[in-house]
Amino acid sequence: MLKAADPILVLRGVSKQFALQGRRIDALRDAHLRVRKGEFVCLLGASGCGKSTLLRIVAGFETPTRGQALMWSTPIAGPGPERGMVFQDYALFPWLTVRGNIGFGPLARGRPAGEVKDTVERFIALVGLQRFADAYPHQLSGGMKQRVAIARVLANDAELLLMDEPFGALDAMTRERLQDELLDIWQRTGLTVLFVTHSIEEAVFLADRIVVMSPGPGRIESEVTVPLPRPRSVVAPEFNELRRELSQQLHSHHARKAA
Amino acid sequence: MSASLDAAPPETLSALPAVEPEEAPARPPWLKRARDPLLALIFPALVLLFWHFATTGRPYSLIPPPLDVARALYDLAFGGINDDAYSRTLLVHLSASLSRVYGGFAIAAAVALPLGLMIGRIPLVRRLFDPTLQVLRPIPVTAWLPLSMIIFGLGPRSAFFLVCLGAFYPILINTIFGVRSVDPRLFEAASMLGCQGTAQFYKVVLPASLPAIFTGLRLGLGFAWVVIVVGEMTGVPTGLGAIIMEARQLSRTEIVICGMAVIGIAGFISDRVVLLIGHRLLRWSPNFA
Ligand SMILES: Nc1ncnc2c1ncn2[C@@H]1O[C@H](COP(=O)(O)OP(=O)(O)OP(=O)(O)O)[C@@H](O)[C@H]1O
Ligand SMILES: [Mg+2]
Repeated sequence: MLKAADPILVLRGVSKQFALQGRRIDALRDAHLRVRKGEFVCLLGASGCGKSTLLRIVAGFETPTRGQALMWSTPIAGPGPERGMVFQDYALFPWLTVRGNIGFGPLARGRPAGEVKDTVERFIALVGLQRFADAYPHQLSGGMKQRVAIARVLANDAELLLMDEPFGALDAMTRERLQDELLDIWQRTGLTVLFVTHSIEEAVFLADRIVVMSPGPGRIESEVTVPLPRPRSVVAPEFNELRRELSQQLHSHHARKAA
Repeated sequence: MSASLDAAPPETLSALPAVEPEEAPARPPWLKRARDPLLALIFPALVLLFWHFATTGRPYSLIPPPLDVARALYDLAFGGINDDAYSRTLLVHLSASLSRVYGGFAIAAAVALPLGLMIGRIPLVRRLFDPTLQVLRPIPVTAWLPLSMIIFGLGPRSAFFLVCLGAFYPILINTIFGVRSVDPRLFEAASMLGCQGTAQFYKVVLPASLPAIFTGLRLGLGFAWVVIVVGEMTGVPTGLGAIIMEARQLSRTEIVICGMAVIGIAGFISDRVVLLIGHRLLRWSPNFA
C-alpha cells in the first residue's frame, strides 16, 4: 500500500565501481537519497563526481555494485517508461519526425493509434512545437531538440524526469528559456525531477533541494534546501547569497581533497 | 547588395538559403537548371575533340575516330549501316547484361543483407563467419574466374556468380558497419520508452543502419556493373562484356568502345535511379536529404 508520504525514489548505500584498464574506479560511493513525489532535486558537482552514474542507475541503465535503488519501494531493475531520461545530446531517433519521436513510446507500448495521435498532439502543444511537428531532428535547433526529448518522455507517462545536463549544450538565452519552460511544465504536471548540472546558478534557480556531490571517490557531500519563493530572480540578494554559499562548499570539498 | 546580406541575422540567411540577392541579374530559370549538366559536359566534349583530331584521317590509327564509333553504335542499336553480325544486337546484349547485373546483385543482396545484420548483431555469428569472410575479401573477382568456370561451368551461371561476388562485399561490409555503429544512446532511449528485446531490432537497428545499408547497396550495384565484363568472359555468347571480348579478338575496336560506352551509361542511369530512391527513403538523414 502506497502512502502519500512514501518517497518516490530511495537510494540506499548505492555504490558503483567501474573496471577501467585493470583499475577499479569508484564512480559512486555509498549514496543515500530520498526524493518525494513532486520534488525538483538538482545534483550539483564538479566533473567526474558521479552525477551521471547516479542518474543512470536510477534510469536502470547501470546496476549498482552495492546498495539498492528503489522506486515506489520496488527495486529498479532496468529501464522503464515511468523513469524518463533526457540526455544532454538529445538521443532523438533521427529517422522519425517530431511527431514520430514523441509517439515512439506510446506506440512501442501498444497504445491504440487514435490515442497515440491525441497524446502526440497534446505534448507537441505543451512544448510549443506545432510548426515543426513534421520536421526531422536534423532540421531542428538544439533547443527544439531538447523540447522534443522532454515531450517524448512525458508523452510516455514518465513520473520521474531524469535530466543529465540537458541544457549544457545550449546558448545562455535558449537555456534560460528552457529553464522557465521546464519549471512551468513541472508546476503544471506535478512531475518529479532529478536534474544534473554543474552550474550553481542553474541549480539554485531550479531546485527545491540541491544535492552537492564531490569527486574521488564520487559521493554525496551535503544537501541544501532552497527556501527561495518562485518565480526566482537571479539578481535577488538571497539568490546570490545562496549561490556564494554553495560555491564555498564546493571549493572546500575540493580543498579538503587536495589537502 | 552584399552589405545588406551581411547585415541580415544568420538565422534568416540559413533559413532561406535559396533566395538570391535582389539586384542579381535575372537569369532565365532554364539556364539555372541546365547549368550543372552543361558544366559536366565540358570535359567530355574536350576529350571528344582531342580524340577526333588525334584519330580522324589517319588510316593507321589503332583507335577509330569518334564518328566511326558513333556510326557503329547506331548500327549496333538499329542496324542499316554495316549489316554484319553486330547490327541491331544491342538490345539483346544489353538485356543479357542487365539481367546478370540485377540478378547477381539481387542474389548478393539476399545473402549479404541478412548475413551482415547477423554478423553485426550476434557475436557468435560474427566469430563464426567474419574471419573467413575477411580472408576471402581481398581476392579479386578476376582471380575467381578460372575456379568459377570449373565449378559452375562455361556460361551464364559463372557470370552470375562473379557478378554476385562483386556486389556481395560492399553490401556486406556496409551492412555490418551500419548495424554496429548505431548510437548506443538510441538503445537506451528505446528501452526507457518501453521498446525492448527483439522489437529494438526493427524499431532501432534497422532504421538507424538504413543509410549505411543503402550506401552498401548502391556500391554493390556499382560493382556489379564493374565486374560484368569479367563475368561475361566466361564464354557466354551474349552480353556487353561478351561483345567487348569478342570484338577485341576480331580487332573491331569501335565495337569495343561502343560496349564500354553503353556499360558506362547504363551503370550511370541505374545509379541515378538508386540514388533517387535513396532520397525518397532517407529524407530524414542529413547525408541524403
Ligand atoms: N562506463 C564507464 N566505464 C568506466 N568508468 C566510467 C564509466 N562511466 C563513468 N566512469 C567513471 O566514473 C566516474 C564518474 O563519472 P560520471 O560520468 O558519473 O561523472 P559526472 O559527475 O557525470 O561528470 P561530468 O560532469 O563530467 O559529466 C568518472 O571517473 C568516470 O571516468
Ligand atoms: Mg555526466
